[in-house]
Amino acid sequence: MGKVNEDLIKERAKCSFNVEELTNFLDEGRDKTLERREREKLILTKKEEIFGGPPDYYLSHKEKYETAIRRAVVLFSLIRKLHAKNNTDLTNYKNILSVIFGTSISQDGSPFGLHYIMFMPVFMSQADEDQQKKWLQRALDCSIIGSYAQTELGHGTFIRGLETTATYDPATKEFVLHSPTLTAYKWWPGALGNTANYCIVMAQLYIKGKCYGIHSFIVQVRDEESHVPLPGIKVGEMGAKMGLNIVNNGFLGFEHVRIPRTNMLMKHAKVLEDGTYVKSKNPKLIYGTMVFVRVVIVFNSVHMLAKAVVVATRYSAVRRQTQMKPGEPELQIIDFVTQQDKVFSAVAGCFAMMMNGRRLWETFYIIDEQLHKGNLERLGELHALACCLKAISTSDSAMFTERCRLACGGNGFMHSSNLPLTYALTSASCTYEGDNTVLLLQTARFLLKVWRQMDSVPLTPTVAYLKEASTPGYYDKWDNTVDGIIRGYRTVAMRKISACVETMTNKIMSGMSQEDAWNTTSIELVSAAEAHCRALVISTYHEDMSKACEGMSPPLAEVMQQLVQLYAVYWTLEKLADFLQYTPISSTDVAFLRSWYVELLEKIRPNAVGLVDAFDIIDEFLQSSLGAYDGRVYERLMEEALKSPLNAEPVNQSFHKYLKPFMQGKL
Amino acid sequence: MAEKKVCEDLVKERKKCTFNVEELTQLIDGGEDKTKERREVEDMVINAGGLSTKNEVPEEYLSHKERYENAIRKASILFEVFREYAKAHDTTDAFSPTNKYRVSFGVVKDISPFMLHMGMFVPTLMNQSDPDQVAEWLPKALSMEYIGTYAQTELGHGTFLRGLETTATYDPSTEEFVLNSPTLTSYKWWPGGLAHTANHCVVVAQLYTKGVCHGVHPFLVQIRDLETHMPLQGIKVGEIGPKLGFQTANNGFLGFNHYRIPRRSMLMKNAQVLKDGTYIKSKNDKLTYGTMVFVRVLIVTDLAYELSRAATIAVRYSAVRHQSQPKPNEPEPQILDYVTQQHKLFIGVATSHAYRVTGHWLWNSYSKVIKDVSKGNMDQLPELHALACCLKAVCSRDANARIEEFRLACGGHGYMASSNLPIINGIVTATITYEGEYTVLMLQTARFLVKAWKEATTGKAKTPTVSYLVEFYNNGRVNWENTPSTMVKGFQAIAAGKIRTAYETLERHVKSGMDYEDAWNMSSVQLVNASEAHCRAILTEISWKEMVRLSTIVSPSLAPVLLQLAELYLTYWTLEKRGDHLMYSTITNGDIQKLQTRYEELLSLIRPNAVGLVDAFDIRDEILNSTLGAYDGRVYERLMEEALKSPLNAEPVNQSFHKYLKPLMLKARL
Repeated sequence: MGKVNEDLIKERAKCSFNVEELTNFLDEGRDKTLERREREKLILTKKEEIFGGPPDYYLSHKEKYETAIRRAVVLFSLIRKLHAKNNTDLTNYKNILSVIFGTSISQDGSPFGLHYIMFMPVFMSQADEDQQKKWLQRALDCSIIGSYAQTELGHGTFIRGLETTATYDPATKEFVLHSPTLTAYKWWPGALGNTANYCIVMAQLYIKGKCYGIHSFIVQVRDEESHVPLPGIKVGEMGAKMGLNIVNNGFLGFEHVRIPRTNMLMKHAKVLEDGTYVKSKNPKLIYGTMVFVRVVIVFNSVHMLAKAVVVATRYSAVRRQTQMKPGEPELQIIDFVTQQDKVFSAVAGCFAMMMNGRRLWETFYIIDEQLHKGNLERLGELHALACCLKAISTSDSAMFTERCRLACGGNGFMHSSNLPLTYALTSASCTYEGDNTVLLLQTARFLLKVWRQMDSVPLTPTVAYLKEASTPGYYDKWDNTVDGIIRGYRTVAMRKISACVETMTNKIMSGMSQEDAWNTTSIELVSAAEAHCRALVISTYHEDMSKACEGMSPPLAEVMQQLVQLYAVYWTLEKLADFLQYTPISSTDVAFLRSWYVELLEKIRPNAVGLVDAFDIIDEFLQSSLGAYDGRVYERLMEEALKSPLNAEPVNQSFHKYLKPFMQGKL
Repeated sequence: MAEKKVCEDLVKERKKCTFNVEELTQLIDGGEDKTKERREVEDMVINAGGLSTKNEVPEEYLSHKERYENAIRKASILFEVFREYAKAHDTTDAFSPTNKYRVSFGVVKDISPFMLHMGMFVPTLMNQSDPDQVAEWLPKALSMEYIGTYAQTELGHGTFLRGLETTATYDPSTEEFVLNSPTLTSYKWWPGGLAHTANHCVVVAQLYTKGVCHGVHPFLVQIRDLETHMPLQGIKVGEIGPKLGFQTANNGFLGFNHYRIPRRSMLMKNAQVLKDGTYIKSKNDKLTYGTMVFVRVLIVTDLAYELSRAATIAVRYSAVRHQSQPKPNEPEPQILDYVTQQHKLFIGVATSHAYRVTGHWLWNSYSKVIKDVSKGNMDQLPELHALACCLKAVCSRDANARIEEFRLACGGHGYMASSNLPIINGIVTATITYEGEYTVLMLQTARFLVKAWKEATTGKAKTPTVSYLVEFYNNGRVNWENTPSTMVKGFQAIAAGKIRTAYETLERHVKSGMDYEDAWNMSSVQLVNASEAHCRAILTEISWKEMVRLSTIVSPSLAPVLLQLAELYLTYWTLEKRGDHLMYSTITNGDIQKLQTRYEELLSLIRPNAVGLVDAFDIRDEILNSTLGAYDGRVYERLMEEALKSPLNAEPVNQSFHKYLKPLMLKARL
């Protein structure tokens, strides 16, 4: 590392809290920080193999993939070593994932990502004991590499509409997999293009002419020795994308491909040898995986946003612009209040989502245990919670990341800043694993159901506030505190939900069908679900951070509370219309909140660099010319530019071939 | 497109359309003759040899270097075609900036390496050189013997022009300027075409003569040999590397090591340096504002076009894509029938129209003011400047949001490069930052508004775009009715209210003893809000008035469609900003509920014409470059066809399997 930029040295000297203490909190314990650093050290032993070579963005699409495989193999050999033991427990498994994503090793995803995020969790939760014996160890060892194929070219959100069929043939005790149309081709699975040799395929199960809906099957797609696609399998990659270009997303079509009966994942539903279908005792158990994946996405969006705020904050401390007063040097742009508004709100957003991710994980763990004991009471709640948190965390993360990128001006447009790809990844998560609009509508469905049963059924924890907030006198006089804001959010959510119920009821009474009433009210339903989610996010953040502050040193606790306040005020001002419509807030209160907001920005200002340093993302993982720890922004921008193959020669061949004849009018 | 069958859904949609699509196309183009001319140009370019993209590996699969080489090849052919046409028709009219801009996407999907040549280099030569210089340089620039670019921003300096570090020091002994880059941060950074394409460059540098710095001035500098293209001695030039978008724009860096150029290389229409080194000031510093304002005006209409491209893709795809089964036993509906989808799409279509008509209005204002300026009347210049600043800022940010919404509305497929939405996003999101960064421009407008507010408090309002301040100075609240005219008034009341609040905050800080600039900084979040509100007042008023005016000159079948779009735009923003309306008008929750209902009605009124509306943008498949948006709606076939063009699909097993993957998997088995 070269000399550290003077401005950053000064910023670090200003910090009022112990950065290491915050790092430990972010890692959930001092021992965890040390463990993480050990892991990182291990990865850095292979630094050149994993991070060396020309930057990806200069390569062709094909070269990018080949490089990614070369690097992934080194990296995953290390990960395999790290987790040789205790790897079937879900918490441990989540830790593997956090190594992969938390450390954000690749700028643009990984061709092995889906193997860990989808293939293994689905396999673990849906394969029966024999199947686990046969494949699980091999999958954990990467002796086979899997993908998970659900979406099709013509079908995403609506799972029942999938076209791929698996027809049981009792004569040979096989399933015949088939893609009857072009739109039935599997489309999107990561690693499927050229990497995976196995795949879990979702298909419509047919036995004796009867359709039993979608079920999962493990299918070998490539020969283990030669890697050549097996007969009847049409597999390839789906082409270039906005981001995730090294994820190797693929397509997959079947031409009457036969697989043994025992390749259907049979932990829940079964097909017996004679073709008898045995229903799952509890068809809802498979929801668990889906929720698990969404929990992982919430954490992932926190990691992505953390990278963006580290880059934007450090760059804002180094970049100077505009001489505000004659004779003075140009200001660090972090001193502009408009810049603080863009960057600090994102920092607070990062903490808020992290605390909510942790709570979601705890909730998931409790409910998942209940599920396996046959208690389904809170499944609906968990599903609704994971849906809206996935939607809000990904869309906020994308929004804040984009704001951070724009806050870096033109230099944030450079790939070497790593902000474009970080945005591309967060943005992708807005549509994958449940499109955000669709997910919010699912949460809305749950909320309306809860509302209608409110007087007859006891409310589960995440919706308990609805009853309280709907009692008269709940919030008569606005209170300019975080607690007051939370009550405001709850009131807004309650009022929006009740308005939707009323609108729906009126439409249905006037003769509209239930479905049409739903569709024509859907804009308001999405907005109600968002309001509910925001109420939860802010109250969880506040509650859990307050608890956590009890164990922190006072200087750190103070800063953490400032961020909670900033987050609460920021989102109140963002959603001011709702507050004005549904709460007793007055224009004087609004003026108060606006000055409070600017005061908070001022308070956070001296700790800005310390806050992002605490994320402790090492330069090798951050991979940003603007965000490196030493702040050598301009040197790095130029160094990265000079790596361009176009800069390797003074005159590009195209001059002689095209440009010169053209300039001379001889083309 | 005719040879293949058109998707059934689109056939049905087109039958439903209630207006004449061709009529709307001509309205958008500005007349029947303009439509004809545009199509001629498009035909000529699309059918020119060597430009077709069919049977080629698509750009996005190439390496960074290959992509540049491909772009240079095609851009050269394209300009040759333009040149031939100009000769044949004895006119350059057909190459109005708009036509050129549009058709170039039929040749190179992303920004062309020649963009700054025509966009900045030639206009700067025209506007800032003296007549002798124009006579010498312009023909060479137009014939592209000189390929040029415009170098202003530096690695460490963008917004703050006075902070530029590159120096041009006059040496009277040789009658030369010496250009120098004293630091790394003084390297020019960003100019399009600079890296490996341009041989000339207008360089903005701090002028020193007789030991005195006279601030930044433009110089024409040759940077590469005309024969060999080698960088000249003392010039360090190269490219700045890949970006979120503009992959083929060939943005470059440029450093000078005591590089000498003749005295007459300084562009001398305004300021001059005489042989002996005497500096002669420009008669009017503000004259150079013209180009800057001009570029910002163009950006607004370009954004209207980019919106129409993205809208065409998203709307046609939404008509073809089916999803879910809300009612048992019925087929999956087109996603265009979901109200949440209409909510994402139709505002984008309406915004394209709003920007186009506002852009034209701004263009007319610009032309008028420039005419006045040439007569020595500068009164309107600050207003025009403020207007162009906030319109460029707000329109670019909103357009970016709309285009992202379009892309997300196409689900996963919108993420595919072959949808072309990611490239459009890259082009549009850049406009938020270049040619004046969003926040900076908003604060420039705010300076004007604060002045205007002070004037309004004395009952005066000099300029028309802020005359509303006088009206709302006393009675802040609008008496609400759910009508377009009240909505327009409501936005003016909001603007006035926010300008007042920002102004009062500023004053409060000043009174508490803060420096004006510190007080300005502390109030800046509110000042930005005030500028945004002002801009919304302009956008809603102008777009409403202009669309109403247009509706009176079109056929009775088209008129209501235009009005629906205009009302949708107004209603959408009234609902978005309902919090502000609640503060500055007498609007009630009941009014808001009714507006929401009206908004949903408008969505359903526009629904049957959705495909017709985007067909009327008349963007040919070859220019649209989208698997999802083609006229025939063969979405899935095209997605697969494009995927199969990936070089990774050319062989069943990629070499990396044998090299890396297999050893990894085998090791596990040991």
